[in-house]
Amino acid sequence: MTVQPLTPTPNSPREKPAPTAPPTARKDAAPSASAPGGASPSRRRRRLRENLVAYAFLTAGVLCFALFSWYPIVRGWLLGFQQVTFARPAEWVGWDNFRRLFEDPLFVTAWRNTGYFTLLALVFGFAAPFFTAVVLNELRHGRAYLRMTVYLPVMLPPIVTMLLWRWFYDPGPGLFNNALELVHLPAQQWLESENLAMVSLVLVSTWANMGTTTLIYLAALGGIPGELYEAAEIDGASIRRRLWHVTLPQMRFILMITLLLQVIGTMQVFIEPYVLTGGGPDDATVTVLLLLYRYAFIYNDFGMASAMSTVLFVVLGTFAAVYLRLTRTKG
Amino acid sequence: MADSLSRRGFVGAGIASTLALGLSACGGSSSSEGKGGKVTISVNGMPPKTQPVDRKWYEQDVRDFEKSHPNIRIDAREGYMDPKTFSAKLAGGQLEDVYYVYFTDPSGLIQRRQGADITPYLKGVPYIEDVAPAFKKVFTGPDGKIYGLPNGQYSLGLIYNRDLFKKAGLDPDKPPTTWDEVREAARRITALGDGIVGYADYSKNNQGGWHLTSWVYSLGGDIATRQGGRWKAAFDSDAGRQALTHLHDMRWTDRSMGTRQLLQIEDVQKMMGSGKLGIYMAGPDNIPTIVKQFERKYSEFGVAAMPGTATLGGGNGFMFNPKATPEQIKAGVQWIQWKYLNPDRTQHDDKRAKGGAVPIGLPLDRLFTARTQAEVDAVHARYATVPQTNYKPFMERNSGLTQKVEPPNAQQIYTVLDSVMQAVLTRENADIGHLLGDAAKKVDSILATVK
Repeated sequence: MTVQPLTPTPNSPREKPAPTAPPTARKDAAPSASAPGGASPSRRRRRLRENLVAYAFLTAGVLCFALFSWYPIVRGWLLGFQQVTFARPAEWVGWDNFRRLFEDPLFVTAWRNTGYFTLLALVFGFAAPFFTAVVLNELRHGRAYLRMTVYLPVMLPPIVTMLLWRWFYDPGPGLFNNALELVHLPAQQWLESENLAMVSLVLVSTWANMGTTTLIYLAALGGIPGELYEAAEIDGASIRRRLWHVTLPQMRFILMITLLLQVIGTMQVFIEPYVLTGGGPDDATVTVLLLLYRYAFIYNDFGMASAMSTVLFVVLGTFAAVYLRLTRTKG
Repeated sequence: MADSLSRRGFVGAGIASTLALGLSACGGSSSSEGKGGKVTISVNGMPPKTQPVDRKWYEQDVRDFEKSHPNIRIDAREGYMDPKTFSAKLAGGQLEDVYYVYFTDPSGLIQRRQGADITPYLKGVPYIEDVAPAFKKVFTGPDGKIYGLPNGQYSLGLIYNRDLFKKAGLDPDKPPTTWDEVREAARRITALGDGIVGYADYSKNNQGGWHLTSWVYSLGGDIATRQGGRWKAAFDSDAGRQALTHLHDMRWTDRSMGTRQLLQIEDVQKMMGSGKLGIYMAGPDNIPTIVKQFERKYSEFGVAAMPGTATLGGGNGFMFNPKATPEQIKAGVQWIQWKYLNPDRTQHDDKRAKGGAVPIGLPLDRLFTARTQAEVDAVHARYATVPQTNYKPFMERNSGLTQKVEPPNAQQIYTVLDSVMQAVLTRENADIGHLLGDAAKKVDSILATVK
């Protein structure tokens, strides 16, 4: 069976000029004598004309990225080496912002807290949607309803989610402490305790965001050929072995990607500590982005904020590069 | 799993800020100097449309001012100081020529040269000489020049629920004057049960640090002092220890501060508005908010002066865009004086407000020196719409208290003190001495940058 290429290649009949057709057959083509390389300029021009619309779209996209993404990123890096007040021209201060950043005792605290949040988010937030998806996939009835229920929190505006959970966590009339009271367990200081505050934030984050990942896993599970499970069952494999030897290997790629996104996403945790704890109690939930926000918008120190964001960029970039390299090697 | 895409919206506030910088090329101030000597100034602080009465009167004032100052046109805009957008507006050329600030802002703005020097334009402007020196000082830079004018002021005191005082067997006309009395009153109010909290305080979003500062001031202490030309933390002191011990004992020994902590102003106002709170520290300006938002009556609330010997004074005012022209600054000074520092218009304003829902007679905005202030107070008393007797305990003691302003780099310091408040209010075994010592070291490093 022959396969017709969908996109013309240089060797395709559409592109290749007929050897017998002189360049002058096209009135608008340049005479070959005036352009070294014979028919190439004309071919380039024709290709350009044919792809003009595509180039126009591409240009718009590149411009948008350049203006709203690359330029701010580069400016952000530069700001890390400047002192800016926006009232006068920026002053170059070398590594001063970074030096001040590393001297801030909250810098280490923020990274430690962020690392802890990320770790907890991996434990809760990575495992929970996977197992939810596996369970949903096994259900015969009510799957659509439960799938919607799991996804519902994603549709809530984040601030609504946070305020809802603030009530859940209220040590007085809150839902959780009332539930604990019903089963004669002691009330907890969910957000007011240094030990519990971060766990409480991870629970909110997991509840609010697991819907999307669950759907991705469900879609991936749906793509696993049923024959594999049938064969495993015929071989007498238990549910645990089917999960380990069929489901996990089949979902390896999607799990790797979501793990990477999970780490990058959770290291930028902001709204949960911002709304629920303000970084407290006693700095137990000050995260990197919360500290960065304070530098920029409470202290108006954009140099420090940019230095912080550069450090975050480097850390996340390094993590992503190392992770991709390791997984590629293993693959 | 965290939705990384939605989270990317938060990718580095610093990067977001650079976007604002990038947009600066697109911006431009809408104010301009017209031909024929007419000058246009943009000013913010205009009440939003959701406050139709205030808005109508503000617009009327603009018309009146323009009529009496035919060479000035006011381009009035909504909005107050918002540190989140301030820099972006300044970078983008969108900052108003005359912009609203809180008393916490000027020192930083002056240090970063984000405000214009208005000293040369104050000469001969009526009533400027009568503004109390303490408030002028808020807008005075280390170079002795003036960078702004105040338009509102408050002193922190105690707001209390008079009904709960009565129910607890306390005299609402004789509120506490010492912290021991506050503690006792809070204990008795909490004993009423039904989820009622005796005393509540903030401990989040820098508001805990702000209130701890006021506690320390009231007990005769300081947050920062200048020693040999350099600022040093001063709250690791007896006053600091006393303040935190009081809070700790109310929270953990008396259990009169409720179980929910990490509160901020809105939370506490809600508690007061729902009738579930006895006392909290606030300026008298909180009362209209509680009355309007929770449909309460002014008669339900009393205001007491801060216990102890001193209180923290705060307020707001206006500063000037560093890119404004001399003509615009001159016109701006005239507008601020005419609109906000104008005892001649007190009667006109009070008469107009008398029929509306605007409270007259709250112990606020005492911006002038004694004699001028007495004249203004007399007019307010004549048109009062709120029960001034409820504020008598405040008026009687407050004038005898030392009025102190916020420390330099206040917001950074408050962040540190927030943690101290949080530790004391959330940890029963908090080591107060260690907390203060640790916080003092952090604040010393913050103050090292103050010139």
